[in-house]
Amino acid sequence: MPLVFAGVCSHAPGITGRAERADPELREDFYAAMRRLGGEIRAARPDALVIVAAEHFANFFMNNMPAYCMGMAERYEGPIEDPEWLGIAPRTYPGAPALSRRLIERIMVRIDLAYAEEWQFDHGIMVPLHFLLPEADLPVIPVNINCQGPPLTPLSRAYEFGRALREACDAVQERIAVVGTGGISHWPATPDSGKINEAWDRDFLDRWLANDPVRLTAYTDAETWREAGQGGFEIRTFIAVAGAAEGNLGELYFYAPIPIFAVGCTVARLRIQIPP
Amino acid sequence: MSLYTVQKLLYNLNRDARVRQRHADDFGDLLKEYDLSEEERRALVDGDIGLLYVMGVNGQILMHYAALLGYPWDDYIKSMREGLAKHGPVRHGLYLTTDGRGAV
Repeated sequence: MPLVFAGVCSHAPGITGRAERADPELREDFYAAMRRLGGEIRAARPDALVIVAAEHFANFFMNNMPAYCMGMAERYEGPIEDPEWLGIAPRTYPGAPALSRRLIERIMVRIDLAYAEEWQFDHGIMVPLHFLLPEADLPVIPVNINCQGPPLTPLSRAYEFGRALREACDAVQERIAVVGTGGISHWPATPDSGKINEAWDRDFLDRWLANDPVRLTAYTDAETWREAGQGGFEIRTFIAVAGAAEGNLGELYFYAPIPIFAVGCTVARLRIQIPP
Repeated sequence: MSLYTVQKLLYNLNRDARVRQRHADDFGDLLKEYDLSEEERRALVDGDIGLLYVMGVNGQILMHYAALLGYPWDDYIKSMREGLAKHGPVRHGLYLTTDGRGAV
């Protein structure tokens, strides 16, 4: 069954953990866009949600760091962070191990993909799911792209991973939605936290909304680090979703820098044709 | 000196409730399992977020650890700034400061 939904959103922990410190009007507009994305995922009637994330040393460390990994667990728990700090209570999301395995086997034809039967969610997945799946009632399949510990996968490979994910989704019977979560520019977990390069973000979003693989993959990591911070490496998740919906244009639902959330808050989707 | 080892310990603390319990019960005993310099050991025993930041602990690992220690957000940011003032620039890694002027 062809992929039924492709979108992206931000995941910074301040979105829920420091909610009361943001401008209320801006915050509520952002939250509404997140919930809109969740409603549209539901409307696409998926059997599972593949969430392409950039985790933050919740499961993978520099002793054994996969460039790409997909979950194959029966269930996933989170957050690993202090729930009060994150503003999200502990919860369990159902997995879909048999479907994961079929997707992994298919993706492996084109991408060397690791798998994991244990996986704890950190804010990179918990924050999006808090809005997108508040009832935790749809199977989730996590994907991690290493965006934290260099050496990092090239951007062209992230797009190629998306293509392979799309091919795998097309090859199974289930209806699958995919959401990428990450950046865009930010300097998280430093004294600069709250710094956002809005011009860089908007230029990146132009490339993403046009789904232009050449322009999306033209950045060097040195350039991204300089202009978009450590958090900028997470554009790999957006690029993978663009690859999964190659040939389809995007629609921006929300973008605004919210410094206390430490990121330019973003919600967008690519308009793939939903099968009947 | 082993920044890798410091980060491995913090990674284990952040994600494993059993390691957190050992941290609470007898941190000194837990630290015996890690090959650390005296400066690293002292930074960990003191929960010195500023010094750990300057050493180059990956920001994502350090942010989760600061939350585990109960640092309010503003105090966590302030601790990193104090670390820079006391110990100098970040010694390793990607999580350098630029202008040092964030949202807090």
